[in-house]
Amino acid sequence: MAFQPVKFYQTGTFTVGNRLLDPGERSVQANMQRTNSLNSGHRACQGCGEALGARYAIDAAMNATGNQLIAANATGCLEVFSTPYPETSWQIPWIHSLFGNTAAVATGIAAALKVKGRHDVRVIAQGGDGGTTDIGFGCLSGLFERNDDVLFICYDNEAYMNTGVQRSSATPPAARTATTAPVGSEPGNVFGQGKNLPLIAMAHEIPYVATATVAELRDLEAKVRRAMEIRGARYLHILVPCPLGWGHEANDTIRIARLAKETGLFPVFEAERGTVVSVSRIRRRLPVEEYLRPQKRFAHLFGGTPRADILARLQQIADRNIRRFGLLEETD
Amino acid sequence: MFRQIEGSYGVAEAVALCRPEVICAYPISPQTHIVEALGEMVKSGALRPCEFINVESEFAAMSVAIGASAAGARAYTATASQGLLYMVEAMYNAAGLGLPVVMTVANRAIGAPINIWNDHSDTMSQRDCGWIQLFAENNTEALDLHIQAFRLGEELSLPVMVCMDGFILTHAYERVNLPTRAQVDAYLPPYEPRQVLDPREPVSIGAMVGPDAFAEVRYLAHAKQMQALELIPQHAAEFRERFGRDSGGLTHCYRCEDAETIVVALGSVLGTIKDTADEMRGDGFRIGVLGITSFRPFPLAAVREALRHARRVVVLEKSLAVGIGGVVSMDVRSALSGIHLHGYTVIAGLGGRPITRASLHKLLREAERDELQPLSFLDLDWNIVHRELEREKQKRRSGPVAENILRDVGPPTAGTG
Repeated sequence: MAFQPVKFYQTGTFTVGNRLLDPGERSVQANMQRTNSLNSGHRACQGCGEALGARYAIDAAMNATGNQLIAANATGCLEVFSTPYPETSWQIPWIHSLFGNTAAVATGIAAALKVKGRHDVRVIAQGGDGGTTDIGFGCLSGLFERNDDVLFICYDNEAYMNTGVQRSSATPPAARTATTAPVGSEPGNVFGQGKNLPLIAMAHEIPYVATATVAELRDLEAKVRRAMEIRGARYLHILVPCPLGWGHEANDTIRIARLAKETGLFPVFEAERGTVVSVSRIRRRLPVEEYLRPQKRFAHLFGGTPRADILARLQQIADRNIRRFGLLEETD
Repeated sequence: MFRQIEGSYGVAEAVALCRPEVICAYPISPQTHIVEALGEMVKSGALRPCEFINVESEFAAMSVAIGASAAGARAYTATASQGLLYMVEAMYNAAGLGLPVVMTVANRAIGAPINIWNDHSDTMSQRDCGWIQLFAENNTEALDLHIQAFRLGEELSLPVMVCMDGFILTHAYERVNLPTRAQVDAYLPPYEPRQVLDPREPVSIGAMVGPDAFAEVRYLAHAKQMQALELIPQHAAEFRERFGRDSGGLTHCYRCEDAETIVVALGSVLGTIKDTADEMRGDGFRIGVLGITSFRPFPLAAVREALRHARRVVVLEKSLAVGIGGVVSMDVRSALSGIHLHGYTVIAGLGGRPITRASLHKLLREAERDELQPLSFLDLDWNIVHRELEREKQKRRSGPVAENILRDVGPPTAGTG
């Protein structure tokens, strides 16, 4: 009799298979009734982390709201690849206005719904890191301080990918972009610059701030669900690797995202009213080199003259995150 | 009901009568009193259901209005000058998406040098952004144009700005005739959007359009403004029936029928020009006045009809198209294609400089003698200009222009503010 070994974990991951869970706890994406809010046929690149993150996030939000959802979308990859004339991938009411005003547009939608007594309909705003941390920051900060009833989702791929990989204020130190060339004594993006939007969001003391990656999609779904249980301004920052801009294999998107978390370079946590309330622990700590080496945007650190000094500085950033957020400590 | 109130407050009352549902406010003089008054009405519960949102910039103000309008709410905001420029990207967007936001612009100069007083530089800079632009001559008309603006914008799915001269109208206390709620309700039906963000019927608004259809989308925007040319007079006629007074329309002609010289202008200065025309007619000059109420769409046919029998036209502009002359003049010239008459552009009232009857008398007498330059600047102090030009000739590091001129002019004298 043929023997089929049952795998309880997907190879190389710690993700529990859906079949072992109660139906109520299964992933939204495993549900036959998932909404496919961002439908297939869009023009995202192979291995696009943003498309993956958006599909999970929006479907989870649809699931949490009984499909009563409206989305405002910033200019950027997500907008461009989802709505090439005359087609749209969106199965939900969706508006794209400008690059820098998405948060304000969402505020307007939320205000209209309130006036019209449509309290059941919820509002999401979404954009890339440029539309969030740079050009959209003013409107986003306004949304936060007014505590408008909107969940803002940032799909962070750490540069302006839609325009050809230019630096944003979310680009990490040493990374090569089209505007931070890997030349000179300090190749790539400089150290000591950039914004940490989740921490800035927390400083507004809004009800809910969370980070997530596309490596832990159940965690991402749970955070969207949690966010939709709360009224007021909420912020979800999702790390979404970009094979094009980061220079990694398209089939490595999830692995790279996982390495960002497991090295401590991207802390995954939740905060309420300005205080961290939960942290996703690092399960198997790895040196930052494991994360950096597969990405061509860091290739200049490993070339003819390896830059151990720069690697050490990046490791210091990871170490600091680990200390600051308690990423190695036991949690309940 | 007649009331002696500030122009801004009157506009706030008129907007409130239109039952706005979302109002966004960001302070900038001289618009601020309007949103302050509306904010109080919302907070006290006098105006409801309505959300009043204090935003962090004019760019956000227009963007919140875009979101609210796309979600089916009647949205309103107000701004001026630098604020208008700061929201420009969103203004093009509101027009491109076909969202009937209504906005008051309390016309004010644009810096640098910074200047808070009235001229039309701000809205003239936005002549091509796709918004309908209506200019009020006095405060009662400012009130009325807002009521017509909501009606027109919503019927066409186009945003409308009502331009009223900053301080001259916004801060002037004069008698206005406030309509009743019943009158406005009968004139202005509830907002029925052509497109709305609603989970019951999902649509994608603001999708990307490439070369295959972009020109068609832009043409449709133009076609809608051409429809507005038809609707604006109809709405004004219906307004007259219901409210018993003339407000709005495309143009206002004053004693143009037999006029040899017609002065074209927009906004509150029309009153001064009409007074001057009356006085000069007493001296035997046949002068008429053409007020343009609808600057966008520009009423080419109406302007042509009004001017075609005149001998000369003087366009008095409260804005300067640097490097060419007048913004309105160019449009007036388009209207006069093939018609031969003398055309003069006069730049006047920049940055709040008073346009006096004395200056107009002098100007129009020169025009009557056809001694005006094609482009002239009313009451320009050539001494100041020449001193600065001389300074720049003498010295490379001549310093900031505005500061130099202020030093030349000396401390402000009473009455110039």
